[in-house]
Amino acid sequence: MTAPPTAGAELAVRPSWKAPIAFAVLALVALITFGILGESGQTSTFGISTGSDAWQIDPLALSSRPVALGLSLVCVVIAAYAAWLVRAGQAVPVWLTVLFAVAFVLAFLVWAVAGEQISFTSLLQGALALSVPLVFGALSGVLCERAGVINIAIEGQLLAGAFLSAVVATLTGNLYVGLIAAVVAGLLVAFVLAVFAIKYIVNQIIVGVVLNVLVLGVTNFLYGQLLAPEAGTWNSPGTLPRVEIPLLNEIPVIGPVVFEQTIIVYAMYVTVILVHIALFRTRWGLRVRAVGEHPKAADTLGIRVNTVRFRNVLLGGAVAGLGGAFFTLGNVGAFSREMSAGQGFIALAAMIFGRWSPLGALGAALLFGFANNLQSVLGIIGTPIPSEFMLMLPYILTIFAVAGLVGRVRAPAADGEPYVKS
Amino acid sequence: MTDTKPPAAAPEEQPKPPAEETFFQRFMRELTSGSILVTILSVVLALLIGAVLIAASDPDVQDRAGYFFSRPGDTFEAAWNSVSNAYSALFTGSIIDINEYTVGRALRPLAETATNAAPLIAAGLGVALAFRAGLFNIGAEGQIILGAILAGYVGFGWQLPTGLHLIVGVLAGIVGGAVWGGVVGLLKARTGAHEVIVTIMLNYVARFLIAYLLTTAAFQRPGAANPVSPIVDESAQLPRFFDDSRLHLGFVLVILAAFGVWWLLERSTMGFEFRAVGANPTAARTAGMSVSRTYIWVMLLAGGLAGLAGVMQVLGTERYLTTGISGGLGFDAITVALLGRASPWGTVAAGLLFGALRAGGVPMQAGTGTPIDIILVIQSLIVLFIAAPPLVRAIFRVKVRAAGQPVAGLQRGWGA
Repeated sequence: MTAPPTAGAELAVRPSWKAPIAFAVLALVALITFGILGESGQTSTFGISTGSDAWQIDPLALSSRPVALGLSLVCVVIAAYAAWLVRAGQAVPVWLTVLFAVAFVLAFLVWAVAGEQISFTSLLQGALALSVPLVFGALSGVLCERAGVINIAIEGQLLAGAFLSAVVATLTGNLYVGLIAAVVAGLLVAFVLAVFAIKYIVNQIIVGVVLNVLVLGVTNFLYGQLLAPEAGTWNSPGTLPRVEIPLLNEIPVIGPVVFEQTIIVYAMYVTVILVHIALFRTRWGLRVRAVGEHPKAADTLGIRVNTVRFRNVLLGGAVAGLGGAFFTLGNVGAFSREMSAGQGFIALAAMIFGRWSPLGALGAALLFGFANNLQSVLGIIGTPIPSEFMLMLPYILTIFAVAGLVGRVRAPAADGEPYVKS
Repeated sequence: MTDTKPPAAAPEEQPKPPAEETFFQRFMRELTSGSILVTILSVVLALLIGAVLIAASDPDVQDRAGYFFSRPGDTFEAAWNSVSNAYSALFTGSIIDINEYTVGRALRPLAETATNAAPLIAAGLGVALAFRAGLFNIGAEGQIILGAILAGYVGFGWQLPTGLHLIVGVLAGIVGGAVWGGVVGLLKARTGAHEVIVTIMLNYVARFLIAYLLTTAAFQRPGAANPVSPIVDESAQLPRFFDDSRLHLGFVLVILAAFGVWWLLERSTMGFEFRAVGANPTAARTAGMSVSRTYIWVMLLAGGLAGLAGVMQVLGTERYLTTGISGGLGFDAITVALLGRASPWGTVAAGLLFGALRAGGVPMQAGTGTPIDIILVIQSLIVLFIAAPPLVRAIFRVKVRAAGQPVAGLQRGWGA
């Protein structure tokens, strides 16, 4: 297959063998490395409860090798089932992939933690914290690209949000004004993107790349000139308080992870759900998707293509800007140079991995956040795998995804193509 | 959706200059037709905005702005001082230092500019070449790193006779970059994976790869606590021209590379195919060209050029590997290629300009305290303005004929 996949190829009925083959290879890796070659006689201990929980649950002590072996066998069974499905002419469902991933990750975890103890709850808490900017960034990407505008500037929008929220929150002494400033910062970057990409029809990838450099330069410059020498005046916003949701935060594991968070994280839950419903269940969403897939047809039906695009780019920028505030107001409590550190590009990857859908992007962002946090947790207890390889994982997975090795991803048809009325 | 695209100014569509046109006539024609004028105006505009930023963030200016309405002259004087100090430090750091007494020392900044420009031009040529074939190579960063890893390893890990050692080192670096770029071309040709995504991801993979390698026994300098490699052997170093300057043979290699890219694009069959695929892949396929083969070749060559930039860094300028060996060169290379409008000699000129900004930025920060990051702001603004000629024309209210899109054949998105 030398030609790039076209929209027509999606309709082909023969399911791909790629998924079962990938499953089989990974399952074998799990079986041999985690199961058969695993050290025997070790236990992997997972703490479940945190100190403040109402119900204390004892740490889970698992006998490493048998459990890893069992989970690896689950992987093998799933791979076999996937192969059977494809042989019978059916596609591999998404839930099976998710199940496989969970079993594989758990097998890996049990193997990696052998002879040590980690807290499962804080592992998840850290993973969520690392995922929040990714989710906002990926949502920004979804909003822009579903309308047909490529948003490479997510990185710049996150950074601008982080910067302005810290500065404004410090100057006004009000963290919530800082949040609004973050939204404004994202909007500003998005506005430049929209003007250049939609009004002046400059290549969207070029504008995005250049905007990232511009925001990096401006924030670094102002950091060096103002924020670093006089941190008290410019850069000491503090962090938002954690809001506990009564009752729900008593649920073991899930409670402390999901329901003891800052307002930014609750905003994230709401935004994901809202964007998903709005995109796929409302007239507005239908229009946006029409503009992204076939702008000419949308135009013929009276939808103002470039207006829709302009609004969506601005909306995306606002969302990413809010996500940027999580770096400063939600987490660290001060701005530092190059704070977004490439998270905008991982967000882009999460959007693609999540197939341009809000829920998919959420899942991918959580996966990437989990991988990242796992890497740092395992780095502390020491694992056989160098942490650099764990850090590479999201990027390699994304390359596999766009190359069609793990399912096929397809961008909106008119993504990146400027629309000029003929 | 081909019919909805704006007419991209393909190179073939531009009026061919008459053969007897002199260099000066050609220069005047390009100047009046807008492309050079827009470039100059963009640079001026970017420097102006940079000046505003420098003045506004200067604490001295802020103090005096406190009593702006009683003595406005004070504020302007402080702003003028702040900006002129910064920009004159930038100038003396990059072009000529008139305070030095000997010619050699006075011109040392110029040599530093050329040193900084060399890897920028090499990587910029890689990006420009990919542009011409319609590919957006954001992966110069990763390709530079891979080139530097291989060239550096040959440099400090292998023992070879003088002369051969340098040649093998340079070739190894080019191969490293070419492999990292070629993977992108291969994936694009075989699976349709978009090169922008793959190159961005490979940049990070390369970054973590070098971070890992510099912790291994084969790469880490014996006895060093931080991740740095041993210094490359003298036999593998690119020789330096002058005693008191870092300018090395790499600059000559880069000019040769620019000539090579020019020849490839303008005089060879393969270059014609590159440009044809860049202008319209469907038409090129219909005309019997292999689009997938072109993608693979373009990315191999583009990666090789970026790998050459890595070679300059590790065998010429720095002489050992660090995790920051690429130093953001890969991203500057994109702006260099855009500023040079994806033409080989344009890229050389743009590389020299950005090399000057890089070279002058260091003494500017040391001398006046203006953060070097202002360079990033100026660079990105220049490219932003050049990318949108109508905007610059509107700001300066000049009437120039349509300058066309910055780079032909790039008006397409993820698909295609």
